[in-house]
Formats: sequence, C-alpha cells, structure tokens
Amino acid sequence: MRLFSDTWLMFKRSLGLTFRQPAWLIAGVVQPFVYLLLFGPLLNSFSGMPGFPPGGAFNVFVPGLLVMTALFGSTFVGFGFIDEMRHGVVERMRVTPMSRTATVLGRSLRDVVVFLLQGCILVALAIPFGLTINPLGFVVAFGLLALIGLMLGPVSYAMALVIGSEDALAPLTQAIALPLLLLSGVMLPMSFAPDWLRTIASFNPLYHATLAIRALFNAQFSSPDVITGLLTTGAFALLSIFVASRAFNRRTA
Amino acid sequence: MDSNVIETAGLRRTFGKKGEIEAVAGVDLRVGSGSIFGFLGPNGAGKTTTLRILATLLPPSAGEARVMGYDVAKDPEQVRRRIGYVAQSGGSDPRMSGRGELVMQGRLFGLSGQAAKVRAQELLEAMDLADAGDRATEGYSGGMRRRLDVAIGMVHKPGLLFLDEPTTGLDPQARARMWDEVRRLRETGTTVFLTTHYLDEADALCDRLAIIDHGRIVAEGTAPELKKAIAGDVVTIGVDGSGELVARLLEQQPFVREAGVVDGAVRLYVDDGEASLPLVLRLLDGQGLAPQSLALHRPSLDDVFLRQTGRSLRDAA
Ligand SMILES: Nc1ncnc2c1ncn2[C@@H]1O[C@H](COP(=O)(O)OP(=O)(O)OP(=O)(O)O)[C@@H](O)[C@H]1O
Ligand SMILES: [Mg+2]
Repeated sequence: MRLFSDTWLMFKRSLGLTFRQPAWLIAGVVQPFVYLLLFGPLLNSFSGMPGFPPGGAFNVFVPGLLVMTALFGSTFVGFGFIDEMRHGVVERMRVTPMSRTATVLGRSLRDVVVFLLQGCILVALAIPFGLTINPLGFVVAFGLLALIGLMLGPVSYAMALVIGSEDALAPLTQAIALPLLLLSGVMLPMSFAPDWLRTIASFNPLYHATLAIRALFNAQFSSPDVITGLLTTGAFALLSIFVASRAFNRRTA
Repeated sequence: MDSNVIETAGLRRTFGKKGEIEAVAGVDLRVGSGSIFGFLGPNGAGKTTTLRILATLLPPSAGEARVMGYDVAKDPEQVRRRIGYVAQSGGSDPRMSGRGELVMQGRLFGLSGQAAKVRAQELLEAMDLADAGDRATEGYSGGMRRRLDVAIGMVHKPGLLFLDEPTTGLDPQARARMWDEVRRLRETGTTVFLTTHYLDEADALCDRLAIIDHGRIVAEGTAPELKKAIAGDVVTIGVDGSGELVARLLEQQPFVREAGVVDGAVRLYVDDGEASLPLVLRLLDGQGLAPQSLALHRPSLDDVFLRQTGRSLRDAA
C-alpha cells in the first residue's frame, strides 16, 4: 500500500539524514543525564515519605526523564521541517503521488527511533544509580514512549506547515510543551500535588503515560495505570495523526 | 482538443485577506503536446503563481485548468502522476547526495529500488553529474544544482515538465547546456513549459510563447508571429532631454505608425526603416535638433512587450 511504502521511504530518508550528524543523538541525552546526576539524588530523600509512589527514587524519576526525552524529541521537530520547506523539499514532494500521511508519519517514526535510542542510553546510565527494570515492562514502556512521539510529532509538523516560520513556531511550541511537562508529574510525583492541580493534570495524556511507565518498570502489569496510559496515549496519537494528515492534505488541495 | 496538454479558462488567483493582490488575473492558455512553451514576463508578473496552480500546488481563486486531460482542482492526483515540476528555487536537500535525491524521487513515483537506481545513474550521466552524484548537494555549484533539479523533475519521464526559470543565475555556458537539455527533452516527446524573463531565451528556445504582465497574457504566438504583428521596423533616436517633444512631433508624420519614449530615447515604429531615416533627420534639422544617435533594427520581443505594456521588459521589474 502507498501509505506504508511511502512512510517507509520517508522514514529511511529522514533517519539517514539524522545519522549524518550523530552528535544530535548524544546532545539529546545530555540534558536528562544532568537531571539524573544532579536532581535524582535529591529525590532519594523523598522516597518512603507518605505519598511517594512505590519503588526506589530512580524507579520514580527515570520513567519521568524518559517521558521528558520523548516530549523534547517530538515537540521541536517542526523546526527541522521548516528548514526542509525552505529548501523546497516539501513542495517538491507535494508534486508527486506520495501519500500525505506518509510525509508526517515517516518523519515522526524517525523521531521516535531517535528518542528511543536516547532512552536506551539513559536507562543504561541509570542502572548503576539503582534503577531496576523488568524486561517485559521495559519493552511495553518503550512502546508507550513511541506512542507519545506519534502523539506530539505530527502536531509539531502540522504547526510548522501552517505557520511556516521559526519565529512564530518557537513561542507556540514552548506554550504547549511547558504545561505538558509541568502537569505530567515528571519531576516530582503528582501525588504531592494539591487536588485541583491533580485534576488538571488528569487531562494531560503525559501524566497517564508517566504513571503507566512507572508501573511497568516495577512490573505491576495489572495496575490500572498501565491500561489507562496506553489507551489515552494511543487514542491521542491516532487523533493527532488524523488531524495532521488532514492539514497536509488540505494544504495540497 | 486532445493534443493540448494544458488548457485554462479564466484562471485567477488572488492573495491577501481581501484578495487585494491579484497575482493571476484571468489567464486563458492552450499548450499543445510535444513543444517547448515559454512564459515570458517581468518579476512579479504571475509566472510562478500560474505554474503552481497548474502543478496542483495552489488552488485557483476562479476559473479552471486542465493539465494532461485532468482538472487540477478535481483530480490533482492524476495530474501529479503525469507531470514534473521544477520550482524556481529548486527542491533538493543540501545534506542529500544528488543520487540519493534522484532515487528517492523515483521511488515516490513507484519505481522499484533497482529501477530507481538505474534511472538515477542514467540521469546523472545525461546531466553531467556522474562525478558529483555521491556528494552532498550542499557542495554543488549553481549550475550543477539546477541540472540536478531538472533531473529530479524528469525521473519518472513525465509527459509534461514545468521548469520555473531554469536558467536564472547560470553563466552563459551553463545556460547553453540547459537549452540543449530542454531541446533533447522535446525530442523525446516531452512537452516543456518554462518561464523566463530573458528575451533571447524565449526567442531562441521556445516554439511558442505567451507574454504575461500583471497577471494577464498580453500576447501569444510563435516569436516570429509576435514580431510580425509589429509590422515594419524600429528606429531609435538618442536625444537629450527633448524626447517627449520629438516623439510628439514625429508621431504626426504619415510615415510613422507609433512613437514613444523609452529610457530617454525616442522609439519609432515605421513601415520602411531605410526610407524613413532621411525624413527623420530632415525633420529634426528643421527644429534645430541634432540627434546624438540613430539606430535602425528589426522588432524584437522587447518591442512586442513594449507595445503591449508601454514598458520595456528590461526595466519592467
Ligand atoms: N503567497 C503569496 N502571498 C502574497 N502575495 C503573493 C504570494 N505569491 C505571489 N504573490 C504576489 O503575486 C504576484 C505574482 O508573483 P509571482 O511569484 O507569480 O511572479 P513571477 O512572475 O513568478 O515573478 P519572478 O520573475 O520574480 O519569479 C507578485 O506581486 C507577488 O508578490
Ligand atoms: Mg517566479
């Protein structure tokens, strides 16, 4: 099918271009690693306190860092896309029979692969600090992270397509990414939050994703958090792909 | 009817919130199969906008266009399968190699991996890019990049190829090579629709051309036809300061069809150039005016443009 073959072509092309500058891969790990190094130990003193989730401090914190890596790895991708637009690459491909959904999906899958690799590095670095993982939990958790990428990436690409300039895209992206991050319980568990804040957070798919990944790392497969996280993120990912591909189709009408 | 690869009727496109910018203001075009069709016009005339509509990149505000037999608004996918489009500013990624871009484009048009590779090699050789094929296009010269752009547009052997200013910014040698390439395309049966603001390019390369200004087609035909419409010869008289006066004086003479001032020089359209020169001199002499220069030439496409728009194409931008 067109959609699959074109997505695969776009994915291979984008991934090849990204790996031309492997420095980006490393750069994306630096920030979460600094958090791990300098913020993680702080959390140690919270663990065991009433309200702190089960598991050691790093089993609470690393899932959050992974979600953060996914968030940053997929909300800022529109900037690279504007660059491609400026070089006429996007327009050139619009005058081909290429599937418009593949334009978004191929690139988003590349972004997913990049931040999942960063996630693997991060997990490997966190194990010496005391992170424990369950292999099956790890695999499902990474699947969930991929869904986060498919939820946020297409939106970023669609915004880039419609807005067309970095100057306008930057503040808008910040305005979306920051509340998503703060209301996800990534840094400190939301269980410490006042009720009203937690109520707002419950509308944030990243909040549910973070809870799900914590449960998965602790091998609590029957926890309702797991299914809630997967379903919420998956549903939003589908919606996001649908909306973005509509935007791309309309542009080309 | 069937031999027309492009047919438009009342094609219009406006920009701006209230549609106040009229980029294309009612274009009717018919382009026959297997020819090189030129779209000649100054900056901002609406060439790119028209091309983008025909290439399904931009919906028209009004009117309709059929390309390769399909309506661009209703059947854009059918159109895209059958055309190639090379944008004015190109369309390759600076980080990709020329070969990589060609293979990608071939695959998007449904070629198998192997077929796309073979086609890429073929085009790299034809476009004299074989040595540079595996280098990132970042390092290409302007001429190399332009040849690659055209090659990308040709990958799937389209019946109709749009080239938006294929030679702008190229040195004379590279331009000549691009002309050869375009002629070779015609030999293979491809219709080439190109835009240009070079008079010599329209004259030498195009089988037929349309002159566009302010979104309207002001003249259409073969270059000789267009020039013939301006019967007779053109006399240019260099005078200092008194151009308007001289023009008005000469306009009243029976042997002068039209007179005007362009770039400070008086330009006359006359039936018989040789016979008119002594008459012009005598008239000026009678007014105590001495011309600084006097030239006689056959009408060029610039005269055609001038006649239709009142401006010279050279400074119409
Ligand atoms: N997206 C747009 N928004 C607003 N105005 C536009 C847009 N695209 C084109 N225009 C305007 O439409 C007119 C025609 O532009 P167009 O690019 O078609 O001209 P052109 O003949 O290709 O010129 P050039 O030789 O400089 O390439 C210009 O006045 C231009 O400013
Ligand atoms: Mg143009």
